[in-house]
Amino acid sequence: MSKQRPLVLTIVAALIATAIGIALGYTIHWFPVGASTQATNTDRLYHVLIDASVPIFVLVVTVILYSAWQFRMKPGEELKDGPPIHGNTRLEVVWTAIPALILLGLVSYSFVVLNDNEKKPAGVPEIQIGVTGQQFIWSYEYPSSVTGGKPLNSDQLYIPMGDTVYFNMRSKDVIHAFWIPAFRLQDDVVPGITTHYRATPDRLGTYPVVCNLLCGLGHSTMRSAVHVVPPAQFQAWLKSQASTAAGSTPGASASSGTTG
Amino acid sequence: MAAKFRAPGFYRASWMMPLGVAFATGLTWLVRSSTGHATFHHYLSGEAILTVSLIAVPLLFLVGIGGFDYWFYWAIGRPTRPEDHSSHGAHSWRDYFRVNTDHKVIGVQYTVTSFFFLLVGGLIGLLMRAELAQPGAQFVDANTYNGLFSVHASLLIFLFVIPVFAGLANFVLPLMIGAPDMAFPRLNALSYWLLPVAGVMMLSSFFAPGGAFADGWTAYAPLSDNAPIGQTFFSLGVQFAGASSIMTALNFLVTIITMRAPGMSFFRMPLLVWANFATSLLVVIATPFIAASQFFVLLDRALGFNFFNANHGGDVLMYQHVFWFYSHPAVYIMMLPGFGIVSEVIAVKSRKPIFGYRMMAFSLLAIVVLGFTVWAHHMFTSGMAAWIRIPMAITTAIIAVPTGIKIFSWLATLWRGVLHLDTPMLFALGFLTTFTLGGISGVMLAMIPFDIHVSATYFIVAHIHYVLFGGSLMTIFAGVYYWFPKMTGRMYDERLGKWHFWTTFIFFNLTFGPMHVLGLQGMPRRVADYAAKFADLNLFISIASFGLGLSTLVFVYNMVTSWRGGARAPGNPWRGLTLEWQVSSPPPIFNFDRIPTIVGGPYEYGVPGAVHGILAPTPTTAGATATAGAGTVPATSE
Repeated sequence: MSKQRPLVLTIVAALIATAIGIALGYTIHWFPVGASTQATNTDRLYHVLIDASVPIFVLVVTVILYSAWQFRMKPGEELKDGPPIHGNTRLEVVWTAIPALILLGLVSYSFVVLNDNEKKPAGVPEIQIGVTGQQFIWSYEYPSSVTGGKPLNSDQLYIPMGDTVYFNMRSKDVIHAFWIPAFRLQDDVVPGITTHYRATPDRLGTYPVVCNLLCGLGHSTMRSAVHVVPPAQFQAWLKSQASTAAGSTPGASASSGTTG
Repeated sequence: MAAKFRAPGFYRASWMMPLGVAFATGLTWLVRSSTGHATFHHYLSGEAILTVSLIAVPLLFLVGIGGFDYWFYWAIGRPTRPEDHSSHGAHSWRDYFRVNTDHKVIGVQYTVTSFFFLLVGGLIGLLMRAELAQPGAQFVDANTYNGLFSVHASLLIFLFVIPVFAGLANFVLPLMIGAPDMAFPRLNALSYWLLPVAGVMMLSSFFAPGGAFADGWTAYAPLSDNAPIGQTFFSLGVQFAGASSIMTALNFLVTIITMRAPGMSFFRMPLLVWANFATSLLVVIATPFIAASQFFVLLDRALGFNFFNANHGGDVLMYQHVFWFYSHPAVYIMMLPGFGIVSEVIAVKSRKPIFGYRMMAFSLLAIVVLGFTVWAHHMFTSGMAAWIRIPMAITTAIIAVPTGIKIFSWLATLWRGVLHLDTPMLFALGFLTTFTLGGISGVMLAMIPFDIHVSATYFIVAHIHYVLFGGSLMTIFAGVYYWFPKMTGRMYDERLGKWHFWTTFIFFNLTFGPMHVLGLQGMPRRVADYAAKFADLNLFISIASFGLGLSTLVFVYNMVTSWRGGARAPGNPWRGLTLEWQVSSPPPIFNFDRIPTIVGGPYEYGVPGAVHGILAPTPTTAGATATAGAGTVPATSE
């Protein structure tokens, strides 16, 4: 009975550690505030991954600590050897098959999340916005399908809440990455091709836009912001931008207002 | 005196290297003047001369120190230097600065050189942490900072982790398989001397006009296409480091396949030998791809080939595919030899046979095969065709299975053993802990939606350091302490070793653990400046990183003082069964007086009277009998 005691103690400690680890996983604020339906899905995936990872890590550490505690060489055992155990086929099959099943399960779930994040949601209007990256600024194009009139170029990103936004991203020079941490979404912006992603904002506010691929000296300053606003405000903003653009010289970008 | 300048060595190299500059000047002048001004605007261009010099000067340095002498004499039909073995062994410290064909000398050269670059690369890392301690610019500008992290990664990957494993294996692998040396000793010497060339080239890029290469160790085109000349130092430095890798890997493969002692079947090989066999397969297949990727960039830069210029039909994503086709297998090149070291240490220090030996060997081979099927998981956000992500995510998840098999088998080896918790074992157990975390974050990164958020953030920085520092470097420390008595003939200081382990383990986790959170919170990597909300964690990380730096000084002090004045090491201080422990410490010049015969497995601890190899005593000399006899005592006394 007393021989079993350390093992029982250790198993209890491991279960408590697992519980604490999973609880911590839910209490720590890992992410910046989420502002899209994709963010909700991705955060849920993250918590599932944490729930699956904590027991595995605790298992490994528990075996190490228990072995170091119970099997460490005691005085007088300097020349002693352990039992010559060469393996156990059943055990080896188990620790091959179970992790494989867990991994396939997790990766399948991630494909479900990926599909949810990337498919066009039914019944939600979708607008297209062009994104252009160049060293070291972001600029945005609102096509006539969005403005209802002439296409609009701006260095500001406003998107209406409730719509799905489909970004068409192009680069003028090197590779950039268009990352909106609050949406948990990014994709590289690559010279020569157009890349895309779809975001469904679900929270009003202003969130950082970050270039997340080394693009040269000014990389760390290549920042912008996304303003998620109510649809009416979005329309008003488009109108104000259109009049600013009309007031300035043709061909100049919206930002030329500052030089006038 | 004149003879000194004609004989192979640094004197001859010192006058040959300027010839390289002269050659570069002449060649570029010739090409430019023959093609006219239409293509090239000046007859002489500093950049062109520098680019050609970076190829010619190192090659002439290698000629000068004598890396090619034998083959050159043979090729032109002159009498080759007769092999009197005079170049074998090291009799003074000067012998380590010569072209030497003894695998044990080369092993020490490799290991010490690599650790030099670990210290330099680590110091550069600390400079980065000093800059990042607060938001805003403190010590360095953006260009210097970008150079620092690029050189940090390049040195630690190409000049530390990859070659230090080759160095340790160079020393112990021929001993372990009962061979007198590597299969190609002269190639072995040349492959070592390519390393300092690559390292000096990468470091000297800081003095290039426009600064060091600053596009990360990934050197993504088209940014690297248009970068200042420092980029060429990377493109070419990688060629020398890569050539060194390939030569050594070929050497290991041929040595393992053809030079095993009689009786040593593949399934009687120690797992370190298996691990280097698997690694060498990866190296010879994968390394040409990074060589190609950097040649593409070089041709784009120097000759306007437009491989990656989208405006002229170039394909930007092709660079990443070719680059990662090497650079993902490279992370296994940097991990599998460590798996081998840990298997040796855990078996000997637990006094038990490795649990599931065959599965351990097969899982290495599984990783080799699967390692070539996952590269595009580095490109989930690259804009490549979306469908490629699906199979790559599945293979990335599956490759965790053979790695898991290894972790569980090591744990089972510990179970019911007699654990000697000294420094090598502590590092092995520390490795199991931190590498498991690195493996878990790796599995998380296989999940595409999650990867989309954290790709290229500090989460990646945390992951790669848990794998390469918590994984590779922990095993390297374990291996260095484990074989220190064999390599130097001295014992290291156990108390300092334990101090080194605990300070490294604690400060490592304090430094790199919080980086996971930074990445999730939205901090990109490769930035000298960051948003104010990340300031507290960054200051904490910087302070911890200085502690990590200090812990390395404990290691350096221990190594230097123990090598100079440590207690004399017996032949077999750990009571190991593998062959390297059956000879004296350090081993005799030709390792074994007679080639040993292998009669059993390498890890038969606990089996009464078990013997791995028999070292036949030499009947003629009494001294040799004593040496060989002493080696077999531990095996028979059990």
